[in-house]
This record gives sequence, C-alpha cells and structure tokens, in this order.
Amino acid sequence: MRNPLRSEAEAFRFVVIVLGFFVAVVLGKLAAGWWLGLAVAAVGFVVLLWLLREAAKPPERQEAPAHVGGASDLRILVIANETVGGGTLREVIAQKAEGYDEEVLVVCPALNSPLRHWVSDEDGARAQAQERLDESVGRLREAGVNVRGEIGDADPLQAIEDALRTFGADEVIVSTHPVGRSHWLERNVVGAARERFAVPITHVIVDLETDSAEVVD
Amino acid sequence: MTAHAAAAEHHHGPPPAHQSSRVDARVLGMFLFIASEIMLFGSFFTALFFVRVVKAPRHWPPVGFHLPILVAGVNTAILVTSSFTIHWALTSIKRGNRNGLKAGLVLTFLMGLTFLVTQGIEYARIGFAPHDNAFTTTFFCLTGLHGAHVFVGLTLLAMATVRAFRGHYSPEHHHGVEIPGIYWHFVDVMWIVVYATVYIL
Repeated sequence: MRNPLRSEAEAFRFVVIVLGFFVAVVLGKLAAGWWLGLAVAAVGFVVLLWLLREAAKPPERQEAPAHVGGASDLRILVIANETVGGGTLREVIAQKAEGYDEEVLVVCPALNSPLRHWVSDEDGARAQAQERLDESVGRLREAGVNVRGEIGDADPLQAIEDALRTFGADEVIVSTHPVGRSHWLERNVVGAARERFAVPITHVIVDLETDSAEVVD
Repeated sequence: MTAHAAAAEHHHGPPPAHQSSRVDARVLGMFLFIASEIMLFGSFFTALFFVRVVKAPRHWPPVGFHLPILVAGVNTAILVTSSFTIHWALTSIKRGNRNGLKAGLVLTFLMGLTFLVTQGIEYARIGFAPHDNAFTTTFFCLTGLHGAHVFVGLTLLAMATVRAFRGHYSPEHHHGVEIPGIYWHFVDVMWIVVYATVYIL
C-alpha cells in the first residue's frame, strides 16, 4: 500500500477534493434541505474513499535504470536478508560477476516484527542485518568482488526500489529461503518485483541448513 | 574498493539516519504532526456537534445570534486562493523560477494576513462573547483555534519568504517551502470544514 499523501502537490490535490466535497454538500443542503445534503455527503465520502484507495495502489511498472559504464561494466543488485550469509549465494554472485568490471550492491532488508515496526523499534533488526551484511560483504571482497552493502527498507520491494534509484542495476538477484520457510515467497515478492521493475531478476533459493543454493529462474 | 565504501570506512560519528524513499523524513514528520492536529480539531468539532446535535436546539444559531456568512465566505475564498498561490510558488521553484517562488510566497502571506485581520475585525464586531452560551463558546473556540493555526502558518511562511529573497532555495533544495506549504494546505482544509459546519450547515 502506498501512502496517498507524500508531498505538497498531493496535499494541494487533497485541498481541492475537500473543497469540492463541501461545496457539493452545502449546495445540496441549500437546494433541498438536510436530507439531500446528507445524501451528497454520503456519496462524496464514498468517492473520497475510492480516490484515496486508488491513490494508495502501488505505482505502475517502472522503467529499467540506464546502464552505467561500458559494455564490460555490470551492476548487480542483491536483495537478501537471512540468506545473505550463505556461502553458496556468494558463489552465485561471484559467478555472475565473472568476466565483467562488476559493481555489486548487497541490500539487506531489516526484517522486523509488525509490533516493533509500528513502534519504530528497528535498531535490533538493523543491527542483526548489519552483522550478516558485514560478514557477507567481507567474504565477497576477499573473493575479489567489487562490492558494498546497505541496510534497506523492511519491505523488500521498497528496498529494491530505493536501491534502483540510487544505485541503478543491470540485474537484480533476490535470494530467499526454500518454499515453506520463506515469508517472501509466501508474499510472492519475486513475482511482484518482476511485475514492478523492468530489470532482469534472478531468483536464488538458498538453503542454509544444507548450505546449498539453486538458481530457480 | 568503491569511493562509497572508502568514505564509509573513514566515517566518524553517529550512523546516518534510517531513511526510505517512501517519503522524506521531514515531510513525514509534518504529516504526522498534522495528524495530531486533526485529533485536536476533532475534539473541538466533537464539542460543537455535541452541543448542536445531542442537545438539539430548535434554532441554530440560537435566536438573536447572527454569523457574518458573506464576509466569512469572502475570507474563505481568500484563504482557499492562498493554497493555489503556495502551490504555484513551489511549482515555480521546482522549475527554477525564483521570481515565481517569491511572488507566490508574498501573495500567500498577504492573503493569510488578510484572512487573520478580517477575522479579528469580525470578532470585534460580531456582537457576542465566548462566555454568553454554548454556541458562542464553540464558535470562538473553533474559529480561534483555527486562527491560531493561521498565525503559526504565517510565521512559517514569513521565514520561507525571507529565505526565498535571500536565495536559499533551488530546484533541488526546497523543503523550506514544501513543508510550510503542506501545513498551509492543512490550515486551508480545516477552514473549509470549519466554515461549512459552523457558518453554513
């Protein structure tokens, strides 16, 4: 869900809508009394709710960011949380980067419980994510990969959008737990990401119990 | 090693603030503040509707009390127009038009000031006082609360206007206009609700 009031322009649009709403209610009341005024208010309220709901819908499919650098340059964005520490994911990244002047950004969404999220108690989740990220980035650097890491938004789709805006990417790797253990797969994060972002997205399933990885598609 | 990574390794002091591109933290702060303000206004509206609906007087306003609907209507038009001018100001600076920004801010400030002065004159000539009865109390409380918000909005606009004339804003950096602009729109929306419920309906 998208916040329908995010800027001055949207606040201004809201002023115009509220103005139209009250003008209609007052005209209804003046023309035929309280009941018409109330009816107009009820209809206007439903329309207002519908407009807010439309405005809250996720944005349209976004264009792919422009390629940065020459033909041999490759920017890879990796979205992974608990699976970021898996050795096999690092191998997949290293394989994809092979033969390119690569630049890899690993974004680790700081997953949190809903209660902690609503009370803005994110520090623990971010600290844990940072720990996993530091370890993974350190090992990728040891493997010779040009990489840096960031903590991202708790919503993986939002984390991808944020990273695409600041980093851009030729390719995105989304790493998840296997089916049945992955909340992201339950929420169809990979499918939603493919619908929303016009960037090639590779889905890697990492099983930390067996330390194995599988490139699904 | 990338320049970013190098900078991060040499960074000293507290970590950067958590931030997402969902909404700018400063803008979000203003929206959250406005949400609390809506609750404050809600309590005043509750008092108005309680007096008006629960006690159900036969006449509203009570016999012998008259509200200057036309003057307040013109005042409403002035305030609503000021929302358009602040929006114009912000649109101008986003396009790099500093003169449009200055003109928009000055016009908005003058219209807000006109509204406040007119409301002061209305209070002086209205012919009743807050302590007369429940109707007059709710009238002065609601319009007075709104007037206080207009005053705060004017203070913010005055600061934004001074900064605009000093050249502080650019197409990339204009939060100093955007955030007072959001507050000003809130003040406008609240007045539309106050005028419709107190003066007309």
